[in-house]
Amino acid sequence: MMLTIKNLYVDYGKIRALHGIDLEIEEGEIITIIGANGAGKSTTLRAISRMIPVGPETRMTFMGQDLLKFAPDKVVSRLGISHVPEGRRLFGNLTVMENLKLACFARKDTQQIQKDIKRVFSIFPRLEERSTQKAGTLSGGEQQMLAIGRAFMSGRKIMLLDEPSMGLAPLLMVSVFDALKEINREGTTILLVEQNARLALQFAQRGYVLENGHLALSGKSEDLLADPEVKKAYLGG
Amino acid sequence: MSFTFLMQNLVNALQWGSFYALIALGYSMVYSILMLFNFAHGDIFMVGAYIGLGVATLLLALVGTGAGAMLPGWVVLVFTILISMFLTAFVGLIVERVGYRPLREAPRASAAITGLMIGIILETSNIILMGGQRVKFPQLIESVTYNIGGVFVTNMKIMIVLVSLGLMLALHLFVTRSKWGMAMRAMAFDYVVVPLVGVPLNTIAAMTFAIGSALAAAAGILFGLAYPVLDPFMGVSLGWKAFVAAILGGRGSIMGACLAGFMLGFIEIMTVPAIQIVNRLFNLNLGSNLRDLIAYSIVLLILIFRPHGLFGEPYSAKLRL
Repeated sequence: MMLTIKNLYVDYGKIRALHGIDLEIEEGEIITIIGANGAGKSTTLRAISRMIPVGPETRMTFMGQDLLKFAPDKVVSRLGISHVPEGRRLFGNLTVMENLKLACFARKDTQQIQKDIKRVFSIFPRLEERSTQKAGTLSGGEQQMLAIGRAFMSGRKIMLLDEPSMGLAPLLMVSVFDALKEINREGTTILLVEQNARLALQFAQRGYVLENGHLALSGKSEDLLADPEVKKAYLGG
Repeated sequence: MSFTFLMQNLVNALQWGSFYALIALGYSMVYSILMLFNFAHGDIFMVGAYIGLGVATLLLALVGTGAGAMLPGWVVLVFTILISMFLTAFVGLIVERVGYRPLREAPRASAAITGLMIGIILETSNIILMGGQRVKFPQLIESVTYNIGGVFVTNMKIMIVLVSLGLMLALHLFVTRSKWGMAMRAMAFDYVVVPLVGVPLNTIAAMTFAIGSALAAAAGILFGLAYPVLDPFMGVSLGWKAFVAAILGGRGSIMGACLAGFMLGFIEIMTVPAIQIVNRLFNLNLGSNLRDLIAYSIVLLILIFRPHGLFGEPYSAKLRL
């Protein structure tokens, strides 16, 4: 097991956002978490990235190591858990190239960094054309590409993606998901959070369904797609 | 009101502005990455001046003074500045670690009060350690005055302005070219996301405090050379005025802090001859002790028309992830 989460509790002040979630991910898998707005999907990703505190009963292990012992930046640079946050959150005042290089801040493997930047540019040729442009001037689709590219540079074991389809035209959405498939084929495990449940389940091998901070269902994507409850609640009937 | 008179004041304003600019940089850099003003910064400038005094005295004792000196004065000066900047950087590191890091998530007012308290602690410690007396800063280089077409310029003034500009250029290169500077710029844009891309936020924050404090130390030594009397409260007035320069430059803008520092020096220095002219024209008897009142009213006026400062972005609360 690559990532094991047991009893994930998260509180925002007095409000409990997650009520003891269990989650397991194998190396190389594509997993999705679906659910309505406010179900706790993004919260789960933030907890894995150690951006928010978790309850005392929570256990998280990543490749045999206690995830809770790592500071947020070390989760990325030491463990290789990268995170594409909701709304991309690029550094708009830095150029495309600087955004990619900043993600290698803690890396020492200069030659591999050059190769990885080349790889990002071969996956997203548009980024190479715009490499000296400020990230804030990119279109929505290009920003999503850069957000994924930045995550690719920062850590490669597993990539957590928060709503990468948000605000993208259907055609762009397809090309972004194709790129993610390619990154996955090269060995990066993917944990995807999506509101677009159909898209997510068609893309992933397994899925978890969150409802109000509880784990409602989990299973293979095709089973979830066929499940009458899931159909009714998330796939529009 | 002659041209030479104007030039003479301009030269003085450049020197005076150098102090403001160097100190304002520390306020601005810390603000840009952490959105808080380090109100202890003026007192770090004072500590830097005293550390400079200690280092200079020690170096002079080691190499000797006068004709029998083993090293020329300017070499001692360069080493004094470098060593003191290095040592004062640690003061900044401690202030960040002890005073501000535990309050990262606390309301901004708590951090502001902490800054003021740290300032008082630094002043009081100085009084306890040094006895609260004014002390003389050693004259490291022989003063030479040049008469350039009626304008008197000392080698000290030239040195102060050049060293200040050099440090600003170095900072500019560091921020725009190095990966550390890149991380600072990223943090200024959206500091919540910085750890998410694997950059150690605390390290960058500590480094920023260290650099700001080192620049304040340089300002302290240059100040000590120009006005060779140090006292424990020397950082209060100068620190607040440099803070005004940081605001005038635009919160968080490095370029703004530099320019506004020089601008503030210029406004302050030029106010005195302006008062004299007004007196002569209208047969008044305004004292030059009105200088600060008038100078800072001008600053207030500028801020009314440019509330974000010269180079500042309109305020936007940073989002949390």
